[in-house]
Amino acid sequence: MKLGFLVDLNLCMGCKGCEVACKVENEVPLSSWRLRVKYIDIGTFPDTSRSFTPLRCNHCENAPCERICPVSALHYLENGIVNVDSARCIGCAGCMMACPYGAIYMDPETNTADKCTYCAHRIESGMMPACVVVCPVQANIFGDVDDDTSHISQYIMEHQGAVQVRKPEKHTNPKHFYVGGGNQTLNPLAHQRLEGYNLFNNVTHLEHVGDPHHGVIDRFLAPFTSHEHLDNKSFMDFDNKAHESHEEEGGH
Amino acid sequence: MVEHGIHATQAVVTLDVALPGIIWGWMITLNMWAKSVGTGVILVGAFLLYRHKKEEMPNLRWMMPLISFIFLNIFLLFTLTDLHQPYRMINIFLHPHWTSAITVGAWMASLFTGLITLMMVIGFFDAHPDVRKHGACAKAAREHSGLYEKIFPFVVFLAVPVTLYTAIIMAESSARELWQAPTEVMQMMWAALLAGSAGLIFISESWSKESRKDLALVLAIATFFSFMMYMGEYFFSFKSSEAEATLAYVHAGGEYNAEFWFGMVLGFIIPFFLAVSNMKSDNKTLLRFAAILALIGLYLVKDVWLKIPQMLPLS
Ligand code: SF4
Ligand code: SF4
Repeated sequence: MKLGFLVDLNLCMGCKGCEVACKVENEVPLSSWRLRVKYIDIGTFPDTSRSFTPLRCNHCENAPCERICPVSALHYLENGIVNVDSARCIGCAGCMMACPYGAIYMDPETNTADKCTYCAHRIESGMMPACVVVCPVQANIFGDVDDDTSHISQYIMEHQGAVQVRKPEKHTNPKHFYVGGGNQTLNPLAHQRLEGYNLFNNVTHLEHVGDPHHGVIDRFLAPFTSHEHLDNKSFMDFDNKAHESHEEEGGH
Repeated sequence: MVEHGIHATQAVVTLDVALPGIIWGWMITLNMWAKSVGTGVILVGAFLLYRHKKEEMPNLRWMMPLISFIFLNIFLLFTLTDLHQPYRMINIFLHPHWTSAITVGAWMASLFTGLITLMMVIGFFDAHPDVRKHGACAKAAREHSGLYEKIFPFVVFLAVPVTLYTAIIMAESSARELWQAPTEVMQMMWAALLAGSAGLIFISESWSKESRKDLALVLAIATFFSFMMYMGEYFFSFKSSEAEATLAYVHAGGEYNAEFWFGMVLGFIIPFFLAVSNMKSDNKTLLRFAAILALIGLYLVKDVWLKIPQMLPLS
């Protein structure tokens, strides 16, 4: 059994439902993403088009992240999923250096590496990954690529020639396929990423990796101190008594 | 208008999340730099002992492992500090994953540091017979003085993989095309010889002229080949579009370009000429100056090479 993903980019409409579902399902903290949908505008006005590309871990068959992990925190499951054991991770960030797809982030709450696991916990209980369930146009197709009769295998056969993976030259043998993609959408060097300038939001780099509230010394003190008020739930107990009221600030 | 600036074939990201910036920063630069000194002094020290009599370099026997010990500990400290979960470092020993150069390296570096510590203790008490005459540790060290010479060949042998394994970590970092195994391995080797000779220059005050000349020779060769390797990488490293895009961060000018060229001039070009001139006429002050410059330059160049591949968006 080898679980794989296929995204039909011809169907994807960039609604970001999968992005939100993933965040909620996996409680992915602020400033971190396991799955994101990137918008790319191609061409010159009036001949322009906008493409949407969902990006997640490819669950490579020959995964550089698994190879470089010094403690096997990244490991293969029998169904082909590349899983993370955050209790074992030492936070060396080797995997972030090794994954050619930038699929791994340092969780700012646990200070350990994390990434898309194809919702391994849901698969275990016979459910589909959260992003598959939520997609309104069924652009995400998930299943066993070893089984010729599965939906994904048949989809791949039907679209032979149009099926692509990201960076095949890296020989990672990804188990995540795209239909309807092109160099301009799948190759990050084929499109410009203009830092700090954009039509919708600022495309930026994070200034921190891992916990933004803590310095190096705090990593050593962390086991002895509580972080309760710095996690991503902290906005829920936002103490607005400490602030001036909306009216006092001159709001309307 | 934005649109007029975009060619028909061009594509621009218009909505995306923030990507991580530099993940392995100055602590890893310092880690690699300190390791070069820690292993280099052993390699260069062994070369000198092969070429010259011990008596020509009276303090080498204890100062060499001492310098190595200090720099290996700086290296280990920053390796640990850079971990997001420093206490879990122990997992490398409890749950080792042998395909990872990080694991193999951590084991080798720990063994190497242990042996260096032993050599330092023996060397120190041998060289200072009046210190702690009746102390148990000093006594044991002096009694086992012969152990030093017995483990030394093994330590020299181990110094090579300990200095090179970082290059393999970098080669395993398949997201960063600039770091390729053969070139990184060679650069690490030259860096160790450069840092090793520079480190030993500081303790060579009382040495014979000939042994200091050999130190200058190693420094000259190491700076020359380091420079040539970086020039080859800088001008001809078009192995892939990713490596090319990475090098654009230095080619395009700006802070990394300045840091790179400062490193080249300070670390390699000036020390090379100073070392060559020193082989003709012995000038301890100039040689020491060359060593300081070489160490500063090496740090700058390593820093640039570590950081620029991390600026490239991967997806
Ligand atoms: S996409 Fe990256 S994180 Fe996922 S398996 Fe491949 S190398 Fe590992
Ligand atoms: S950060 Fe964690 S998961 Fe990644 S390589 Fe290091 S130990 Fe493994």
